[in-house]
Amino acid sequence: MKVSVIIDGQMVQIEQGAPIIDAAKKAGIFIPTLCYHEALKPYGSCCLCIVEVIQDGQRRLVTSCNFPAAVGMEIFTNTARVRQSRRMIVELLLVRCPDVPLLQTMAKQMGTGLSRFKTREANECILCGLCVRFCEEVVGVGAIGLANRGVDREVATPFKMASDVCIGCGSCTYICPTGCIKMVSDRKTPNLRSLKMGNCSLVPCPNSYQCETCQIEQEFFKDIKRVIAEFRSKGQ
Amino acid sequence: MQKIRTISDLEDIRESILQDKDSEKTIIRLCLSTGCRAQKSLKVNEALENEIKKYGLQNKIEIKKTGCHGFCEMGPIMVIEPANIFYCNVKPKYAGDIISETVLNGNVINRLLWKDPLTKELTKTEKDFPVYRKQRKNVFYNSGKIDPTDIDDYIAAGGYSALGKALATMTPPEIVKTVVDSGLRGRGGGGFPTGIKWRICSAAPGDIKYIIANGDEGDPGAFMDRSLMEGDPHAIIEGMIIAAFAIGANQGFIYIRKEYPIAIDHLSIAIKQAEECGLLGNDILGTGFNFTIKIDRGAGAFVCGEETALMISIEGRSGIPRSRPPYPAFEGLWGKPTVINNVETFANIPKIILKGADWYSSIGTSTSKGTKIFSLVGKVRNTGLIEVEMGTTLREIIFDIGGGVRKGKRFKAVQTGGPSGGCIPISRIDMPIDYDSLKDAGAIMGSGGMIVMDETSCMVDVARYFINFLLFESCGKCIPCREGLKQMHHILTNICEGLGEKGDIERLEELAHFMMATSLCGLGGTAPNPVLSTIRYFRDEYDAHIYDKKCSAGVCKNLFEYVIDAELCNGCTICKLKCPEKAISGEKKKPHSINPLLCIKCGICFNLCKREAIRVK
Ligand SMILES: Cc1cc2nc3c(=O)[nH]c(=O)nc-3n(C[C@H](O)[C@H](O)[C@H](O)COP(=O)(O)O)c2cc1C
Ligand code: SF4
Ligand code: SF4
Ligand code: FES
Repeated sequence: MKVSVIIDGQMVQIEQGAPIIDAAKKAGIFIPTLCYHEALKPYGSCCLCIVEVIQDGQRRLVTSCNFPAAVGMEIFTNTARVRQSRRMIVELLLVRCPDVPLLQTMAKQMGTGLSRFKTREANECILCGLCVRFCEEVVGVGAIGLANRGVDREVATPFKMASDVCIGCGSCTYICPTGCIKMVSDRKTPNLRSLKMGNCSLVPCPNSYQCETCQIEQEFFKDIKRVIAEFRSKGQ
Repeated sequence: MQKIRTISDLEDIRESILQDKDSEKTIIRLCLSTGCRAQKSLKVNEALENEIKKYGLQNKIEIKKTGCHGFCEMGPIMVIEPANIFYCNVKPKYAGDIISETVLNGNVINRLLWKDPLTKELTKTEKDFPVYRKQRKNVFYNSGKIDPTDIDDYIAAGGYSALGKALATMTPPEIVKTVVDSGLRGRGGGGFPTGIKWRICSAAPGDIKYIIANGDEGDPGAFMDRSLMEGDPHAIIEGMIIAAFAIGANQGFIYIRKEYPIAIDHLSIAIKQAEECGLLGNDILGTGFNFTIKIDRGAGAFVCGEETALMISIEGRSGIPRSRPPYPAFEGLWGKPTVINNVETFANIPKIILKGADWYSSIGTSTSKGTKIFSLVGKVRNTGLIEVEMGTTLREIIFDIGGGVRKGKRFKAVQTGGPSGGCIPISRIDMPIDYDSLKDAGAIMGSGGMIVMDETSCMVDVARYFINFLLFESCGKCIPCREGLKQMHHILTNICEGLGEKGDIERLEELAHFMMATSLCGLGGTAPNPVLSTIRYFRDEYDAHIYDKKCSAGVCKNLFEYVIDAELCNGCTICKLKCPEKAISGEKKKPHSINPLLCIKCGICFNLCKREAIRVK
């Protein structure tokens, strides 16, 4: 069933229950995101996509990547409160990852060059979970996961041991918005490539990346290549 | 145990249990819950049993192993019926006296009676226990009275008659309406109207629905849910069966943290007994209604008490909250409509069904009905679990029931609602407490924790302490909570260490409002409460920390000094002797002094000095 919602004054029709970011896309309104990706289930962790919504007389901030559209909803994507909150998110992320260019650019766009918080960490991972979810949902492997709680949360392989299920497809390196996971050359592996990331090392393909002769990999790759191509064509 | 096949069976069985009761028997109600067990109540039980055997009185005296009476600190606790004699701090060595003196000769043993710490008056019977006077035991009524591992005891006390009434005389919509009309609100923290939740779930499309009882209780220092599960497990089960019938669920779960082995044990026994009697399983009381309950052990993370995380944890994945909507009432466990309520919420249900919505809604305030169990801890004289009517004032709770602040110190604040609650100052102490007044005061009801603080607590340090707890308990999924808490903790630590600067309070406030509006789940959404409430009521302390670099409570070590008041000091030398750093000098019978360069502010001298000559400056 289609419902009409009003987004920044424009009336848009979208599927009932679809995330309201879809309405924004239809209306041609840009909403910044970090943990959202079309090929993946919504996750709602970065909160950068927040918008202000009036529903049943209540006005509140919601994450547009997963908040379901409903009849009579009014959405505002660029109010002072929205801008302020987004700026705060980027500021907080800059404390965690001061050297990530993407965040620096975002901060500049939002008019907040420097973070007012003085601490500085040397992390590159913003914990958006894209790599983990892509590996699980699209590649179907689940070589990496989000381990620990709270401040100790991190992307890691189980027990931080070299993963024996990673197929070395490199999807995570493509999807990572901060360049935290990299493909590096590794003299010890047959094909001279391996993945390196802060705290997990991924074991290279047992088949020496002879993907052409490997049935399973071929199947995987067809899908991954398509998604990655799509992902890149979206201007990343 | 007989099978109870119909509702009239249930009444027959209740009558026969009551008839079998020997009213001549002396009954010793001994608490065997976690608190009293920790103080060797099992040994007391053993000693009593030996004594009873010695006198050959097995037929005359019965030891009833009950659940918690609420005052664990004075445990082991026992009540001897029919005289209603109330003993506390009972040690195994007194077993002989208890049998020979009290039971056989009717003499009360004074040293086992409760002594009012203020008036030194002795209390003889449970009925006269002053701490109970302003309380109203409604949900916590059976705990401490019945043997929780014996379904007969529960049935004899009127148990399962609400289930009988509901199944025999009410339709599911009528039950839901009764709960809506009663005004019952969730006891797990949010205070959402329980009846409305049930109504939404019963209207949600789907054949399969679930009931979950939340017994995760992660608030440090809180133990009301544990005591309830240990002391009256059948009340929770009865409430769940009624809820299941009302919304059309056939499977229920009770989620208990694994640190609560006795609660798990008692509930497992209760479920088994209810199954054996036919109160759980297929065709309950001959009505064709089927319902079973499984117990799920929680891994112990605070955030697993959050409803979406809890359900994900029952599904076997790691408990990380997800965004709502969809709300559990539409899409809950395994995507099916689910009612999730706190165990105390469920324990209210049987009474509401039996006595009616009008009776229930006559108790409490206009927006919060019924009674609430609080765990009263911290610097009060009588700590323990209390149950009071909604709308009771904080003064009544802390001073009349709790006996006031310990050791003649002054009351400073009470922190309500667990780690993400707020601190309420003396100016608000006559506030009648309910969900809305607490919220209005910048705190929350939460699950009912109350920590009383006196003048020795630094409110900035208190805020820092709770933020530190939440920082490590946050799941770390969403940025506002994870990174926001990190920055809050950083700023608060700086202030406590004397590195605070202008703008810190404003930064804290900005972060707080941001986190409340944008966090994914209730943890991040309520986490700023301790910070905002302390800024609101104790801003002068923040200012003193930041601008004057002073902590008047004597907690933040960089921000105060200990000094000896020469007029009060009589030179007893005790401080000098005990100072680990040899920072105190002075001659006997002459005023001493502290060398601030050597003093490490351990506080030993401060607590030792009988003349209170050592001051915080
Ligand atoms: C971080 C967090 C921890 C929670 N812990 C508990 C808990 O230990 N026990 C509980 O009953 N509810 C807890 N809740 C509330 C539950 O999410 C849920 O609202 C409650 O179980 C619903 O039951 P009620 O309506 O009967 O209160 C917690 C919520 C949050 C955000
Ligand atoms: S490694 Fe990259 S993709 Fe993975 S969670 Fe961190 S920032 Fe996101
Ligand atoms: S608010 Fe905190 S606990 Fe809740 S999802 Fe976000 S990070 Fe996790
Ligand atoms: S894009 Fe919506 S929360 Fe990250």
